[in-house]
Amino acid sequence: MKIKNALISAHNLNVIRNEKAILKNIDVEINKNDFLTIIGPNGAGKTMLLKCLMEFYKPDSGKIIKKPNLRIGYMPQSINIINTMPMSVRNFITVRKKFDEISFRHVISETETDKVINKQLSVLSGGEMQRVLLARSLLNNPELLILDEPAQNLDVSGQINFYKLLQSIYSKRNLSILMVSHDLHLVMVSTKKVLCLSNHICCVGKPQQITKDPEFISMFGKDMANIMAVYQHSNNSNRHKNNQFLNGEQNN
Amino acid sequence: MENKITDPFIIRGILAGIAVALISGLVGCFVVWRRLSYYGESIAHSSLLGAGLGILLGIGINFGVVFICLLSGILFLWLQQSKALSSDTLLGVLAHVAMALGIIVISFNKIKIDLHAILFGDILTVSYNDIWGMYVGVLLAVIIILFNWSSLLLVTVDEDLAKAEGINPLYMNLLLTSVLTIVVALSLQIIGLLLITAMLIIPAATARRLVNSPELMVVVATLIGIFSVIIGIFLSVEADIPSGPSIVVISAILFFLSHFFGTFLKKE
Repeated sequence: MKIKNALISAHNLNVIRNEKAILKNIDVEINKNDFLTIIGPNGAGKTMLLKCLMEFYKPDSGKIIKKPNLRIGYMPQSINIINTMPMSVRNFITVRKKFDEISFRHVISETETDKVINKQLSVLSGGEMQRVLLARSLLNNPELLILDEPAQNLDVSGQINFYKLLQSIYSKRNLSILMVSHDLHLVMVSTKKVLCLSNHICCVGKPQQITKDPEFISMFGKDMANIMAVYQHSNNSNRHKNNQFLNGEQNN
Repeated sequence: MENKITDPFIIRGILAGIAVALISGLVGCFVVWRRLSYYGESIAHSSLLGAGLGILLGIGINFGVVFICLLSGILFLWLQQSKALSSDTLLGVLAHVAMALGIIVISFNKIKIDLHAILFGDILTVSYNDIWGMYVGVLLAVIIILFNWSSLLLVTVDEDLAKAEGINPLYMNLLLTSVLTIVVALSLQIIGLLLITAMLIIPAATARRLVNSPELMVVVATLIGIFSVIIGIFLSVEADIPSGPSIVVISAILFFLSHFFGTFLKKE
């Protein structure tokens, strides 16, 4: 019954590349208002799972069921800026998108890209580029936002700012988020569910449960589990305090 | 040599040259953006085989060129699917095999073929029928690109973003291959196969420093192409040199001028 409501779901997904199983018997579903973060070591098949869900690749077996006409916004880890092509931020965000002026204004103000909108892509800083990519993924008012290690190329304060922005977009817009991220300690505050992937699904659940899972501890080590437990603790006991901490970081 | 600029063959040459410029500016921008210059070169090299086969089989040079160029472009896209070898290597193989086969076919050929004209272009070979054919080709290629403009732009910026919006990059590459083929077939008589890539790249590269949007880059590249073609053909008639090199030299002068002034005028 639940499957019917899911925005997107994968059933018994298997992907084999060069005789190696990249994804093994993956079952996952994303429902309305979900915030699911996929974690896992390098080569765990995280990006492959995202790309299968978006139908870039056909799985070797298994099924993907999508809500009809699902609007997906996709934010890749980075794009290769080609200096040979002159292109303004405005042009990049809007190319091949259907949108109206009001939602365009709204998107560039919520992602704080309005200041760079007339700049060339080639002169943007890392943080600006990530916000521009986010703006583009939001322009078609997506029901599901898919992000592949969105803050990978940012410094620590850039990462904190980015996840704060993502958190505010998640709470203001009525959308679901599916994200691959290594920045566990930063994501833990926002994410509702964590899926730990190592070609197969190791464990899945709320962040608090995940850190106690033996498979998680064996994969990321006790230290990581402890770090995350600390973050959740402050998150659970006093969300306000935690936000202050994030604000403080930003001002530095 | 007493040639007036109003001589019919010069007018025909200029009309044909403008056709080449109209399409090579547009396609050239994609060649520059997507780093396809070696790909263009490789397709151009296969045109020798096309021309030879066209004459041998009696189907005409143009059909032979279009057929063989498309074939080699598709062969490359297919070989590229297995990622064991780099594009660079594959193109190196294809370009030179096609060239070698072309020379072999031509030396087998009973019919005399003006190799010099094919390599460097000769406006004397252009007839009014050719010109009609060229403008039909230009129209076709422009329509193909304009209808897919935004998809082509997006796939050029990032293939994954394009895929996420339902664009098949392979399909876009096939589109670009077909327009490249059209450009090669069109340019053969005026520019010659050895310099077709220059005609694709130089006007686009010249425009790059002067503009800030992809659309404007296409427009400026086309204008630079048209200017180079007209001046180049006059120069070729006056100095009695092949038209291809003459056109390329004019556009190269513009390239260095734009580079020079671009550096001094544009302070970003």
